[in-house]
Amino acid sequence: AEAAELRARLRAVRHTVLVLSGKGGVGKSTFSALLAHGLAADESKQVALLDIDICGPSIPKMMGLEGEQVHQSGSGWSPVYVEENLGVMSVGFLLSSPDDAVIWRGPKKNGLIKQFLRDVDWGEVDYLIVDTPPGTSDEHLSIVQYLSATHIDGAVIVTTPQEVSLQDVRKEINFCRKVKLPIIGVVENMSGFVCPKCKNESQIFPPTTGGAEKMCQNMNVPLLGKVPLDPQIGKSCDRGQSFLAEAPESPATLSYRNIIQRIQEYCEQHHLQEEKIM
Amino acid sequence: LAERTNLAGVQHILLVLSGKGGVGKSTLSTELALALRNAGKRVGILDVDLCGPSIPRMLRVQDSAVHQCDSGWVPVFVGQDKAIALMSIGFLLERPDDAVVWRGPKKNALIKQFVTDVAWGDLDFLIVDTPPGTSDEHISTVEALRPHQLLGAILVTTPQ
Repeated sequence: AEAAELRARLRAVRHTVLVLSGKGGVGKSTFSALLAHGLAADESKQVALLDIDICGPSIPKMMGLEGEQVHQSGSGWSPVYVEENLGVMSVGFLLSSPDDAVIWRGPKKNGLIKQFLRDVDWGEVDYLIVDTPPGTSDEHLSIVQYLSATHIDGAVIVTTPQEVSLQDVRKEINFCRKVKLPIIGVVENMSGFVCPKCKNESQIFPPTTGGAEKMCQNMNVPLLGKVPLDPQIGKSCDRGQSFLAEAPESPATLSYRNIIQRIQEYCEQHHLQEEKIM
Repeated sequence: LAERTNLAGVQHILLVLSGKGGVGKSTLSTELALALRNAGKRVGILDVDLCGPSIPRMLRVQDSAVHQCDSGWVPVFVGQDKAIALMSIGFLLERPDDAVVWRGPKKNALIKQFVTDVAWGDLDFLIVDTPPGTSDEHISTVEALRPHQLLGAILVTTPQ
């Protein structure tokens, strides 16, 4: 009966993309936010961004929605809208103060995730993007389990170039395989830094073992792209603005846009294949 | 007569926490351990990041295995003089790329074991490296360590 409830609620969602890592601090939330902005640039598309990082919800701040509250209506919880076609939900909106720590064990976290999926009135959605916390634990198992009521197009896995990150990301790739979650591809963030003054490129996080490129070759997963470090990215995130809009000329923006396009193409292709089968 | 617990010989226990991932907790834990060792202290590191154990690689012992003795698990000894005692879930994985996909209760059980069943011996400092967040691992670690000589927590962040 629960599964039926979830299925009903998620029936109007056309594409679902999970943003995962395994490693913390590599840019999952940043990427999720920009993916949402990028997809919502097409005003004919309805985009939903769900933040299931219950301990460290970054999405409200990154989307400029700090302090917003969630409203309930007859049809469920209302997402908080950044744009008419871009709605957001996060535990961050349920906290009375942004510094409140949510110190919950697994089962309670799972309960909230289920509520998010069951009780939020997303309406018709073209893209549901799910931002996750680092790791391979309750939140990840639960989201995959609950979303099996609908279907997940796939996962985008984010990393940075150094081996300490790749180590955790390989585990995440294996997690996806274990739970039969298709992998759309890997994004390598913080991949080089070009000095705005002298234009010299430095590797702030040297890819001592070949970076995401080598890892993707070895594990047979697509590399969606590499995004260079740009201090403006962090600034835009802190200010709740879209980096893509604030720095349209940045090489990082170009990389992000290419990656977003590849994800869109993957989802569309998927859809066509499904329709063929049906 | 109460048995001497495995933590009885540890003078100070330090937790390294953040909340945010990727800020340098494991890096700091490692450097702190090495610096304390350099200053002549007896040091141990407990890596309770079950999903993303980074310490073994940082100390170049990612391929080590752990053994049991009468008092429990024997830590892996690392550092230039092999005098820093390290225990991490990383050592228990059959293959390093295996994901530890456990729900809270199973993680809690392992953390309790880690805290009570490692034969640390006599240490001046035990540094406990944690994963990001404020969840099962953190609650269980603090609960298990509270009866012992828990000095306090160091919080790590980045500027943004």
